[in-house]
Amino acid sequence: MSLLPFFEWCEGLAVGEAIRNSLWLFPVIEAFHLVGLGVMGGAVLLVDLRLLGLGLKGRSVAQLSKDAQPWMLGSLVMMLASGIPLFLSEAIKCYYSTAFWVKMTSLLLVIVFTFTVRRRAALEATSTPVLEGKIAALVSLALWAGVGWGGRWIGFS
Amino acid sequence: MSLLAFFERLADSSWSIGLHESRYAYPLVESVHVWALFLFVGFAVMFDLRLLGWIMRQVPVQEVYRRLLPWTVAGFVIMVVSGALLFSAIPLRTYQNIFFRFKVILLLLAGLNVWVFNSRVYRRIAQWNLDGVTPKAARAAGALSLVLWFGIIFSGRMIAYNWFDCDRQPQAAIVNFLTSCVPVESLY
Repeated sequence: MSLLPFFEWCEGLAVGEAIRNSLWLFPVIEAFHLVGLGVMGGAVLLVDLRLLGLGLKGRSVAQLSKDAQPWMLGSLVMMLASGIPLFLSEAIKCYYSTAFWVKMTSLLLVIVFTFTVRRRAALEATSTPVLEGKIAALVSLALWAGVGWGGRWIGFS
Repeated sequence: MSLLAFFERLADSSWSIGLHESRYAYPLVESVHVWALFLFVGFAVMFDLRLLGWIMRQVPVQEVYRRLLPWTVAGFVIMVVSGALLFSAIPLRTYQNIFFRFKVILLLLAGLNVWVFNSRVYRRIAQWNLDGVTPKAARAAGALSLVLWFGIIFSGRMIAYNWFDCDRQPQAAIVNFLTSCVPVESLY
């Protein structure tokens, strides 16, 4: 089954229409999207670097993970709240964009991974980094890199 | 040589034209700029939030500073290098772009904020290292930094738009003044 009818329906919604008809709404929403990415970067890297035995080495992964959690969730909400309207304004273009699908696949994977494997790795982490934790951190960072790369390249298609 | 003349020459160079017209290099540099934002803005924000007492309250400020600083500096270097490359691909237009100029001013203010923080507030870190909520001056520096980076991201994103560019006339006199644009009358 093709998803195209769904994307066409998205493109027809009033939110996207309003953004398309506005000169400045798209870049302003995108700027909020980038600010969310920045906050997300800090919240993710605090924990991932620590899992790799870097950054705030004197703190436990569990503690850092707990500290970073509200900022990670908050920035995720901000990115979704800004990203969805951006998508609605050019849904059909996104449907035909490889970069969009790379981004959505990475995003879905990184969300699932963060709340399952990475979460467990953070809870079970000891003060010296273990291989499982390091791999979890690298997978998380690689997936976020895919999200950022895909996001930027949607604009180049 | 004036800045304008220098950027005119840069714009005519094979380096600039090659990067601007490249199929992959230019978008790749843009991606690096976004990846570095994840690292640099991420840790700058985390440190600002610590100054405000909104994250890692139980972690001494000095520990956050020392552990995150090398990563933040590395992120900043990548941002500046990738940003300079992006500028070199479209130098003339960017130099006269109102959002770029605003971004440079905000960057200078952010640098000034870091300098004031380091030379005045952080120098007495021993007195407030363990405070969950830091002294007023430190919180002010953190809040100002957040506002400035927010503005830098905003104006950076807007550089892509040519609403106030020199080749789009007529513009308000103030716009042409701020972009040091001298419109060529005969073209309009």
